Amino acid sequence: MNQHSLPLFEVFIRSKRGLDHRHVGSLHAEDPAQALDYARDVYLRRSEGVSVWVVRSSDITASQESDMASFCDPMDDKPYRHATHFKLPKEVDNM
Amino acid sequence: MDSQKKALLNYCIALGDDSLTLGHRLSEWCRNGPFLEEDLALTNVSLDFIGRARMLYSYAAEVEDQGRGEDDIAYLRDCREYRNFLINELPNGDFAFTMARQLMIDAFDVGFYKGLTQSADEMLAAIAAKAIKESRYHLRRSEDWIKRLGDGTDESHERTQKAFDQLWGYAAEMFEMASDEQQLVDAGIAVDRSALKAEWSSTMHSVLKEATLDIPAQDWAIGGGREGIHTEHLGYLLAELQYLQRTYPGQQW
Repeated sequence: MNQHSLPLFEVFIRSKRGLDHRHVGSLHAEDPAQALDYARDVYLRRSEGVSVWVVRSSDITASQESDMASFCDPMDDKPYRHATHFKLPKEVDNM
Repeated sequence: MDSQKKALLNYCIALGDDSLTLGHRLSEWCRNGPFLEEDLALTNVSLDFIGRARMLYSYAAEVEDQGRGEDDIAYLRDCREYRNFLINELPNGDFAFTMARQLMIDAFDVGFYKGLTQSADEMLAAIAAKAIKESRYHLRRSEDWIKRLGDGTDESHERTQKAFDQLWGYAAEMFEMASDEQQLVDAGIAVDRSALKAEWSSTMHSVLKEATLDIPAQDWAIGGGREGIHTEHLGYLLAELQYLQRTYPGQQW
């Protein structure tokens, strides 16, 4: 099998309940089902998670670095949009 | 040692030998896998089998109670004392051969270890409870690969069919009881392997059918592993596996 012909998948793992799926890396596989199996072997060897997502890398639409100025800079002078003035109870530690 | 205890010792060693020889074969794929992800997956499976061998040998040593440990059992026995099924010791061949063998063994292991979780022997039941989870995953992998290979390209189909043709007769001994095994079945300790064949055959038929492969003709069978009669390949396997302990006896790291 020629590895270069295998599509790339991005792997996301939810490490415990209440947390979001987090991007952990990528791998090659024939299709999503096989990618899920390999995600288990490549990224879950020490039982790090409760749920895994895989998605074809080519299905991700990513921003360009040059977009970021127009995406983010206008927010810099709007501090009222940041919820930094609230005190969070300790129980909500994964916010 | 009474005869049941001796039979239990032989049983643990035979099951350990199945796991160790196959685990060793799979470890030979390490850094030789067709691509990185599959290399890691095969090595994980290999480690599952080696871990299983360690548990079974440790328990055998405990049953025997003669001062031998798991390492002595693994490293200091020669071919004729090994009791594994021949299918485990065969060289890996190509990837299709490795996965065809894996499917035949995984389908057997799922039925076998499911039965062994009900063993009256608590230690064997506990080992089986761990092994069955691994084997279910192994079977999921090997089923998936056989369907991909059988129903893949002309070349992968041909190679996979050839692998099953070459392996088919090795399945017979998985369902033949060893001479001292029946008394363990009567005591509720061992699994009646002869009763596992129907389920195994039905799994094989459905997977091979979906993989567009033919079930090979049932016209030859080879056995003898449980009596210590092996193929020429086991000697080479043990030479590599045991080299260090044979050359530097008692060496540890």
